[in-house]
Amino acid sequence: MSNEWPLWEVFIRGQHGLNHRHVGSLHAPDAELAIRHARDVYTRRNEGVSIWVVKSAEIAASDPNEKGPLFEPSNSKVYRHPTFYDIPDEVGHM
Amino acid sequence: MYAQMIKTAHSGVHKREDMTEQERAFQDRIDAGEKIEPRDWMPDDYRATLIRQIGQHAHSEVVGQLPEGNWITRAPTLERKAILLAKVQDEAGHGLYLYSAAETLGESRDELVRLLHEGRMKYSSIFNYPTLNWADIGAVGWLVDGAAIVNQVALQRTSYGPYSRAMVRICKEESFHARQGYSAFMAMALGTPEQKRMAQDALNRMWFPCLMMFGPSDKDSVHSEQSMAWKIKVATNDELRQKYVDQTIPQIEYLGLDLPEAGIVWNEARGHYDFDMPDWSEFFNVLKGNGPCNSDRMADRVNAWEDGAWFRDGLMAHARKARARKMAAE
Repeated sequence: MSNEWPLWEVFIRGQHGLNHRHVGSLHAPDAELAIRHARDVYTRRNEGVSIWVVKSAEIAASDPNEKGPLFEPSNSKVYRHPTFYDIPDEVGHM
Repeated sequence: MYAQMIKTAHSGVHKREDMTEQERAFQDRIDAGEKIEPRDWMPDDYRATLIRQIGQHAHSEVVGQLPEGNWITRAPTLERKAILLAKVQDEAGHGLYLYSAAETLGESRDELVRLLHEGRMKYSSIFNYPTLNWADIGAVGWLVDGAAIVNQVALQRTSYGPYSRAMVRICKEESFHARQGYSAFMAMALGTPEQKRMAQDALNRMWFPCLMMFGPSDKDSVHSEQSMAWKIKVATNDELRQKYVDQTIPQIEYLGLDLPEAGIVWNEARGHYDFDMPDWSEFFNVLKGNGPCNSDRMADRVNAWEDGAWFRDGLMAHARKARARKMAAE
């Protein structure tokens, strides 16, 4: 059996109430040590107040070859953006 | 440069007419400035070249801890000690970011470490030179990290997404490295006559090895062309070296030290400093393993890895047992 430590993905939430954000990855034998390593590697300069770790092998991701079918349909739907609508200046800020 | 003489996994540059349709589409993405991501299709040679370059870059970060680590317990004040400790810790982090980037290409970190320890991968030639005294430590932060910054700022624009992102993060931290080095070096250069003499000596010894960090001259750099076409490299060795010299000379002059070699002269017509090239036979000799510290560095790396094996294995065994206990209880 390989004794190589598994890979974990690290997510950090910054100070100002933003979402956890992916910052990188690291190796650790278990979740507890993954969090400790993440603290040492990714929060040495006040980068965060909360850490999530998840085993890289357990992340499901979209297929890059499916990029077109998945994401292109939204390109043509300009009416989903507020700037699509002309509101007269007289109405004021909306 | 932390990666030198990276052999492109292909000889010569791929010509457009020889490319398959898939390769052409890939090259178009590169030319359009798109980033390539881990699960995107990429030519095997692109992948192999990146693994070599990122792997060597990662090894340099880790081996680069050794010449400085030696001085943590010998720092002249508690403040300098805390700073050096933080700097060396950063280097471990930089190694990790880079190994992680290499791993997205399908090469495990343990495998890369094994290749290094078997002498089948290299690290930057600069770390095969000794740090003889405290002035050298200031010089390493200022001059060696300064050279690394010039290279790494350019590499933020490299075509492979994970490598580029690692560079962005590393550059943020490197600025601290260079500034703390200059600060420590300034204290020496502006100190007692004896301290100033040590600073001058460190500068003189370190200068040419730092210029070597950028690799051989463009005319002798046989592997660059395809790497440039793929935007794995984004500037040539000579361009980066010139940039480094131009930014470093005024910093030397501020310290009131003599320039490290007589060939450094401002060239008004070019708008750059002229300077002498290092002795390239020395460079190739160091790369071959014959530098002053090659065998010490490798021995320290291999010993650290082997001495830590029982600990890494123990933690893994503990993790497996804990998981089994948890599953049995559920």
